[in-house]
Amino acid sequence: MHLITDLFQYGFMVRAFWAGLIVAIIGPLIGSFLVVRKLSLIADALSHVALTGVAIGLLIGVNPLVTTIFFTVITAYIIEEIRSNEHVSAESILAMILPGGLALALILISIANGFNANIFTYLFGSIATVTQQDIWIILSLGIVIGGILLIFYRQFMYTSFDEESARSSGIPVQLVNHVFMILVALTVSVAMKVVGALLIGALMIIPVITAMQVVKGFKISIVVSVLFALLSVLVGLVTSYYANLPAGATIVMISILLFALTSVIRRV
Amino acid sequence: MTTPSVISLRNVTFGYGDESILDGVNCDILEGDFVGLVGHNGVGKSTLLKIILGALHPQKGTVKLFGIPIKQFHDWDKVGYIPQKAGFSVSHVPITVEEVIKMEDVEDNAVDEALASVDMLIFKNKLLRELSGGQQQRVFIARALVKKPKLLILDEPTVGVDVRTQEKFYELMQKLNHNYHLTLLLVSHDLHTISHQVHCVIQLDKKTIPYETNTCNIIHAHHTDAFNH
Repeated sequence: MHLITDLFQYGFMVRAFWAGLIVAIIGPLIGSFLVVRKLSLIADALSHVALTGVAIGLLIGVNPLVTTIFFTVITAYIIEEIRSNEHVSAESILAMILPGGLALALILISIANGFNANIFTYLFGSIATVTQQDIWIILSLGIVIGGILLIFYRQFMYTSFDEESARSSGIPVQLVNHVFMILVALTVSVAMKVVGALLIGALMIIPVITAMQVVKGFKISIVVSVLFALLSVLVGLVTSYYANLPAGATIVMISILLFALTSVIRRV
Repeated sequence: MTTPSVISLRNVTFGYGDESILDGVNCDILEGDFVGLVGHNGVGKSTLLKIILGALHPQKGTVKLFGIPIKQFHDWDKVGYIPQKAGFSVSHVPITVEEVIKMEDVEDNAVDEALASVDMLIFKNKLLRELSGGQQQRVFIARALVKKPKLLILDEPTVGVDVRTQEKFYELMQKLNHNYHLTLLLVSHDLHTISHQVHCVIQLDKKTIPYETNTCNIIHAHHTDAFNH
């Protein structure tokens, strides 16, 4: 136990835990609906767009979290517009957005030619550099995301499972889809500094599919997936600190380990 | 006494770009009708269904549900809809039968009542993916019934199900139509099977519904007479 309490002597670790715990709660909340919609890769696509936001933030000297939120939200809105109106499959849109976001980020980085080290922290996460301002932004957005999901849980659930029936039941499906995509974008932006752009999808999806293996019911699967994510973040942060490993990558590997363990236990 | 209209289509015309899908469709479905809407694959049945459900708007003509123009119609609790592939895409998710029904905004006792009406109450806590195709279909029928609708629309309800399941399905439809006076619209490409089960058939052909088959008035009048006697 003292291994954990020792960590809290350091301010940066306290902030890291707070950021990690908030992301561990909202990531699987959103991820559960992404798994139902078979859109697990959208977090990865948006995280690449988020890099563009980071690059612009660093370029113009604004907190990159703010510019990231701006860019991912706009992109999420455009993705949903194309998906619902243009008869293009979600998979094809993701195949376009993912390299497109990365390409634009690379061009901006090349133009700036000066923040390569900084961009590295956003690519792979740098939870130890989370500032107090970041914590407030992450907490505020976490409350907004969690609150909206909780209040409109039934509408999000119905639309995710069965869009046609939801529409005939009087649910404004298009509005719900747009709001949901914006929540995904916000979650990606918030989670990026914790686990890194390249690893966000893992924290949003792996705890969900781990939970779905062991529970009977959708609502309980959300609760259990949050618990798995919290465990991954907690164990991941402690391990990374003492083993001197990158935090984001360790968190993701712990969540994969939990998935493997539950798979084995379920088969025994 | 005139039987109230549930679905009324007047000169409904629709197309994508230059491609015409529906051209001057007229149709009346009255309260208590048990109707089959049939037509070959690609003839425009799904498009017509989307227009009836307000998901698409016709370029010309009018659509009324329960006598109200579709754009002003908000009482969707009166309409139950079961899509063709309901449930097929969620086998990867552990969702219970109760959770499926509760996608509608209803109380616990309404859930039990709806499941009982399709003989599925004992499966309330089961996972949807643990049920057979026929049982899953009954769950989706229960979800559509939980709001106590006046009209139930089913898109290709018997595609890919065996003969025994089909028979049980049509028994259930007869029960719902007879006992609850529910207006039923079944959409199918299989004229042969459906024509033996429903009270009348509306046929979509060459972008329209021929005048002779665009209403079930005669049969309905017969039913009303029988009811009155």
